[in-house]
Amino acid sequence: MNQAATLPQSIPPGYLASSQGKGGLASWLFTTDHKRIGLLYLACILTLFAVGVCLGLIMRLKLITPGNQLLTPQTYNAVFTLHGVIMIFMVVIPSIPATFGNFLLPLHLGAQDVSFPRLNLFSWWLYLIGSLVAVLSIFTGSGAPDTGWTFYVPFSERTTTNVSVAVLAVFILGFSSILTGLNFVTTIHQMRARGMTWRRLSLFVWSLYATAWVQVLATPVLGITVLLVFAERVLNLGLFDPTRGGDPLLYQHLFWIYSHPAVYIMILPAMGVVSDIIPVFARKRIFGYKMIAFSSLTIAFVGSLVWAHHMFTSGISDFAVLLFSFLTFIVAVPSAIKVFNWLSTLYKGSISLEPPLLYTLGFIWMFSVGGLTGLIQGAAGPDIHVHDTYFIVGHFHYVIFGGTGLGMFAALHYWFPKMFGRMYDRRRARTAFWIILAGMNLLYFPMFVLGMEGMPRRYYDYLPEFATGQFISTVGSWVLAAGLGLMFWNLYAGLRRGAPAGPNPWGAATLEWTLSSPPPHENFEHEPRVDHGPYDFAREASHE
Amino acid sequence: MSETHKDYAGAKLGMWLFLFTEITLFGGLFLLYSVYLHRYQPAFHQAAATLDTFLGGANTVILITSSLCMALAISALQRGQQARCKLMLILTVLMGLGFLVNKGFEWSAKFDHGIYPGSEHLRGLPQGQDTFYSLYFTMTGLHGIHVLIGVVLLSVVLLLVARQRVRQDDFIILENSGLYWHLVDLVWIYLFPLFYLIT
Amino acid sequence: MSSDSDQHLPHILGDRLLTAVWLALLVLTVVTILVARIHLGFNNILVAMTIATTKALLVIFFFMHMKYENRLLQGLLCLAFVVLAIFIGMTFFDVAYRDVALS
Repeated sequence: MNQAATLPQSIPPGYLASSQGKGGLASWLFTTDHKRIGLLYLACILTLFAVGVCLGLIMRLKLITPGNQLLTPQTYNAVFTLHGVIMIFMVVIPSIPATFGNFLLPLHLGAQDVSFPRLNLFSWWLYLIGSLVAVLSIFTGSGAPDTGWTFYVPFSERTTTNVSVAVLAVFILGFSSILTGLNFVTTIHQMRARGMTWRRLSLFVWSLYATAWVQVLATPVLGITVLLVFAERVLNLGLFDPTRGGDPLLYQHLFWIYSHPAVYIMILPAMGVVSDIIPVFARKRIFGYKMIAFSSLTIAFVGSLVWAHHMFTSGISDFAVLLFSFLTFIVAVPSAIKVFNWLSTLYKGSISLEPPLLYTLGFIWMFSVGGLTGLIQGAAGPDIHVHDTYFIVGHFHYVIFGGTGLGMFAALHYWFPKMFGRMYDRRRARTAFWIILAGMNLLYFPMFVLGMEGMPRRYYDYLPEFATGQFISTVGSWVLAAGLGLMFWNLYAGLRRGAPAGPNPWGAATLEWTLSSPPPHENFEHEPRVDHGPYDFAREASHE
Repeated sequence: MSETHKDYAGAKLGMWLFLFTEITLFGGLFLLYSVYLHRYQPAFHQAAATLDTFLGGANTVILITSSLCMALAISALQRGQQARCKLMLILTVLMGLGFLVNKGFEWSAKFDHGIYPGSEHLRGLPQGQDTFYSLYFTMTGLHGIHVLIGVVLLSVVLLLVARQRVRQDDFIILENSGLYWHLVDLVWIYLFPLFYLIT
Repeated sequence: MSSDSDQHLPHILGDRLLTAVWLALLVLTVVTILVARIHLGFNNILVAMTIATTKALLVIFFFMHMKYENRLLQGLLCLAFVVLAIFIGMTFFDVAYRDVALS
């Protein structure tokens, strides 16, 4: 995988440069080019990610010792709410689909753009507006929302903080996500190049397809749910108010009908990234292509049947507890199928530990730990013990940050040369990876222990017996932040003065690598004719 | 490849996907309705008896007829009968407005009787009736917003037809707007019996 | 990426067919109003929903043209309704059993 001798000395301008005399900021803000829209999302998401990380660091710093007074209780509640809302709705849900999905979907299909380019731009604008409204909710009204990202009733109806504006922001962000999903489903059905059969789609595209369906079918339920919270607050409907015959548990049902499938919106694209990266760096065709593609659809479907496992201790019927617990175990099957197929692909492969593969392996480790601890909570009995403790906090940070986060970083390192035409310092990228991995485990593993010992989540303060775990966790947050800093600085340095990467630095076989790096405005000069699968490396090599 | 790509099937698929999102959006409210109906059946029956079946029935007829006009408008344009298409669209829009006016009378009559979300009167009623009225206002309100959006949308399409921007060989905008209008009708087809007829 | 060559001629629904569907919808509306006046208990709701679904299918198949669309679109529409049925139906695994326990 050494850089070929015929490496160009300068990078072609590609889509990054202005075209037809149109340049400047407006050519970005009003672009309908899917690649530019992908970068717009990337810029916003990384900015908001930085904000979310800072909020997390502040929260951890406050928790470093028992009795610490760094934040007032009200501020602390606002901080963890904002950390959740920003990270979930503005960073993780759009992270991979909106950035890499937008950038790569048409390239992987051999198309010029998505089906509805203007709608795509509109989605980004909605995302931007939604994010701004969310920021607005912090600084207007009487205080930032303090409900947690779940906006549970009845507290979210009664709190005087600015929940109404925050839920409107979530509604707008949800609308943006729906339109992206709608666009992707249509694109995958309609825009495939000649010869791009369903079996030749990259697994990343398959995962985007499954994700997009969840976005289309489940997100509207969130939309109506947050609208109801808004209406309850403003119009006094009383639909969830037990004193007026309402049932607050129905709010939880509605919320999790979306928000459980939403975790698959978060993780499926990362699984797609992993499925695309592993064969490239194992120099082997993916093992079990059909099963991986199929398991994406299965996860999306079965994942829509398990929402009430978030409600085992809420007072739902015993029958529902048993049923949803059982179904939860079924979701583990397609997830495990993926992991085994990835490992089988690596087995006897010609592995080169380039940064993208390292981050991918990190994903597999973190996702496995997160997934297996998830089963403990999926089982109705043990869940009673760990429900609403640090155990669950550890679990979802392993899955979402360790899984989706590392998946996103893997994607960044894998497609960075394609996006910007330059290569980052690979050795420094590896160093950053190990620091991040160490930091994550140091930060989140103690949470499993704390949770088992009974430390409840979201508490402002804690008993001295939890001090050691909390302290280690806070130190871990510093290590993690240092690792993230190094990684982003390295990418930024690569962006400024990295060596030109050439069209195909990794020797991959999907269509985007047949283009120059960065790709030209209109992607393919002629509609490509596809005559091989996405992981046919032998064929690709014989072409060169 | 650079000129705007007209993809008829794609536009239609996209519209249907959007309609799916509308189905699950209303679906959340239908979920609430079905649970509360299951829980408060007698109260729902009593409360539903206070709604005016005649007004509701009239609105049903209006909406169904407007749907017919919408479908006729599409057929007319496909046959190249632009004038007839415009006439049918105007009728559709007028009936949409008529529906809203009717709804307005119905709501204001309820308000006059002290029936509005969170009112003293509602809080004094037996358990379940309050919930019924809250659902009634929420669901018909959201539906009304959709009718309003449909009316605006169809008025714009009417302009586009008049300016020949939508015409016999390029009618996907008209067809997709029609799909949206029919969905609005579809939702009402369920709302009508659920609120007016379960007495 | 379909080229312009496969642009098929639209399937135009005749005015007579559309009017017939409209009449059927009106008749069903009258029927559902009349049936509601007979006291059948819970069956009233079942009957009303059956009639409403019949009307909905008429609208979907003819006004919304679904009868003449390809299998893909028909299948996807089914999927959407199945998903909605799952959301509502599975909530009742909680609600139905919880209400029994409470009463």
